Amino acid sequence: MNASAISASAAAVVPCWSCKGPVAARALFCSVCGAVQGPGTIDHYTRLGMAPSFDIDLEELQKQYFGFQRRLHPDRFASKSPKERALSQSQATALNEAHETLKDPLKRAAYLLALRGHPVDLTACGTINDRELLMEQMEKREALAEAETPEQVAKLAMENESEVIACQCHISAAFNADNLDEAAHLSIRLKYLVKLAEEARSKKSRVTRKI
Amino acid sequence: MLLQLHEPGESPAPHESERGHAVGIDLGTTNSVVAVARDGETEVLRDADGKGLIPSVVYYGDDGEVVVGQDARRMLLEYPDRVVSSVKRLMGRGTEDLKTLAGTLPFKLDVAADGGMVRLSVAGRTLTPVEVSADILRAVKARAEAAQGKTVDRAVVTVPAYFDDGARTATKDAARLAGLDVLRLVNEPTAAALAYGLDNAAEGIYVVYDLGGGTFDVSILRMEKGVFQVKATGGDAALGGDDIDHAIAERFLAERVKEHGEETITEGEAKQALAAARVAKECLSGRKDGEWVIEVDAKPSRHALTRDELEALSTPLVDRTISICRAVIEDSGIDTDDIKGVVLVGGSTRMPLVRRKVKEIFGRDPLSDINPDEVVAVGAALQAEALTVGSDTLLLDVTPLSLGIETMGGIVEKVIPRNTPIPVAMAQEFTTYQDGQTAMAIHVLQGEREMVDQCRSLARFVLRGIPNMAAGAARIRVTFTVDADGLLTVSASEATTGVEQQVAVKPSYGLTEDEMATMLRDSLVHAKDDMANRLFAETAVEARRSVLAVQAALNVDSDLLSETERQDIDSAIERVDQAIASNDRDAVTAATEGLEAATKTFAERRMDRGIRAALAGMAVDKLDDALGE
Repeated sequence: MNASAISASAAAVVPCWSCKGPVAARALFCSVCGAVQGPGTIDHYTRLGMAPSFDIDLEELQKQYFGFQRRLHPDRFASKSPKERALSQSQATALNEAHETLKDPLKRAAYLLALRGHPVDLTACGTINDRELLMEQMEKREALAEAETPEQVAKLAMENESEVIACQCHISAAFNADNLDEAAHLSIRLKYLVKLAEEARSKKSRVTRKI
Repeated sequence: MLLQLHEPGESPAPHESERGHAVGIDLGTTNSVVAVARDGETEVLRDADGKGLIPSVVYYGDDGEVVVGQDARRMLLEYPDRVVSSVKRLMGRGTEDLKTLAGTLPFKLDVAADGGMVRLSVAGRTLTPVEVSADILRAVKARAEAAQGKTVDRAVVTVPAYFDDGARTATKDAARLAGLDVLRLVNEPTAAALAYGLDNAAEGIYVVYDLGGGTFDVSILRMEKGVFQVKATGGDAALGGDDIDHAIAERFLAERVKEHGEETITEGEAKQALAAARVAKECLSGRKDGEWVIEVDAKPSRHALTRDELEALSTPLVDRTISICRAVIEDSGIDTDDIKGVVLVGGSTRMPLVRRKVKEIFGRDPLSDINPDEVVAVGAALQAEALTVGSDTLLLDVTPLSLGIETMGGIVEKVIPRNTPIPVAMAQEFTTYQDGQTAMAIHVLQGEREMVDQCRSLARFVLRGIPNMAAGAARIRVTFTVDADGLLTVSASEATTGVEQQVAVKPSYGLTEDEMATMLRDSLVHAKDDMANRLFAETAVEARRSVLAVQAALNVDSDLLSETERQDIDSAIERVDQAIASNDRDAVTAATEGLEAATKTFAERRMDRGIRAALAGMAVDKLDDALGE
């Protein structure tokens, strides 16, 4: 075993808050006294027992999420001590955050980019450096604004939906080729496509209600 | 593995034999219901006449007498100024809300009360909605205790999914006043889904449409193998059967005024008209038409109404529920074709008009095989059993309304969007807008609109001690935490210095801690004992957990101790047990601290051993309780 592996495994043991004995830093429960442990600072993939990839099986993700919540949700600790109730709330909160991030392709892409040391700022709105993307989005917005019937809106929504799927495929390919610049670039594009999909949905219900 | 059976805190509380099962309570606008579950079998607790519904009506006598339920409802006509009904509509409401509520309430409000919580004037007393609700809950508790022949002090209480933070806190406070420990606040549609889903082994996407006396909720859930996951929820906390009663009563009163040539309407007439309206509405679910009589001061008036006329009066209200349903479907992102069933909850869903409209929008016949008046309490009882005894079911709920804070120009910046799964913690960073600004006012709001004055103000607090910096240099991180009851806590800190301030959001329209303490003192003869007992119970749970943890450690690592060391620990454990038996909280705290001191060396040796084992690269896997399932 090399030096870094040794210090890593030593760091992986922490005292259990309840029985004060050694417990693995990543453990959910102390194997000696059974007390629930804090959520710790592990990444969302590790927390839900998923491989750190953009390609994710959503059913598997949901199964893992339910499985962990079954053990850690505050409802399981209602008659336990205040400290255990508080820890279970932190655990369930961390699980919700991990699940909400990984189930959404856009959030997942941004998270994975950050995890791989290539953070992308998706909150910076309104600034598109990419002229091509800018023109494309402006045209689509205009088309949506001019659509008057539910059919017209549905057609635009469907076109956009297939672009969303294509964009996700390209993001996946970029990640698999370890081309993070490309993945970041495509994530920004995905952000605009998703936003347009939302607008199309609300426009659809507006025009439907009018009829 | 043997140790898993003795998880800390699971051992029974003292006097367990006198303690009844935890109950589920549906604290309704019109009626309240209490139910209990034993081994998954549920029972609605009924009175001697077999009635499960307890009218949420309270009569206040001169001598401090309080009557709740059917008897209070009977007194409504004789003593209209002494009887309070539909108080749920005022939970968590402030005097500023009265404008929107004016004319819809069957009681007098104390208009003198300025700012803060609404107060009612009843029988010469000034009461808060929390106190009136506590009186209802005391009657509910009494019924549960009579039925079980044991003390009942723990309950799951349901609230409309669309209740805001203020109304939730008010409900929890009311239960506390009534001597009930709230195990969990559960959203009414979620409770109904639990009762329905477990009974029918339902799987897939279901909609719960809950139209009660004063509130409307709609939730879309995914049910799957004991998991009840709320996808989206919506509603209106001030829309219900009461509003239909008012529409009918107004019509009746207009007819009466015309018939008798009266100028003003007395309080007695108004209450009688409302009572007649309610009867008429209920009759017309089964009949096509009818005639009702209002008689006040020996002056009778007759009022005919057909179902068609009733439906014309109700349509605007029912249409409002339908457009809320549409919005929630949109929020959930599901397709109406994916919906497997629609569950009807609440007495108002007995109206044929409601059933027709619900069928129209969801494209299928709604399900109502569990009594819509009782299904919420049944679900709450199942959850009460799950929380106290254990269960495989899991309720995963969401925040009904977005939560945010006020920024420049009166704009609300959302921190937690609606329909976010709870428990949740989210943070947002803000900065100062003036050079040398050392304090920042934080205004917490709830609602979907963009402007502050269109959202509900939950709380205000000030973060002080920000270091002197240029405008925009400070980094103030505001964290919103919503727990499993849907209750919000807000904390703020400045990142460069770590100045921190935390507030449990006491809603602007809620009771202060002082008011709560005074009410507890006034209302409960045994309030002090009650408080002391609760504190002792908490301390004892913690002490037992420590003992069990030490015993578990001794089972695996006792070879690390000499005989005398072992004896020291054993006697420290014994002292904790004795202290618990003595019912003395301070003694328990001291003995627990003693145990901690006696095991300090033991803990250090165990850590050493663990780290050495980890360095040898062998024991980590054994220590690591598998992450997966």
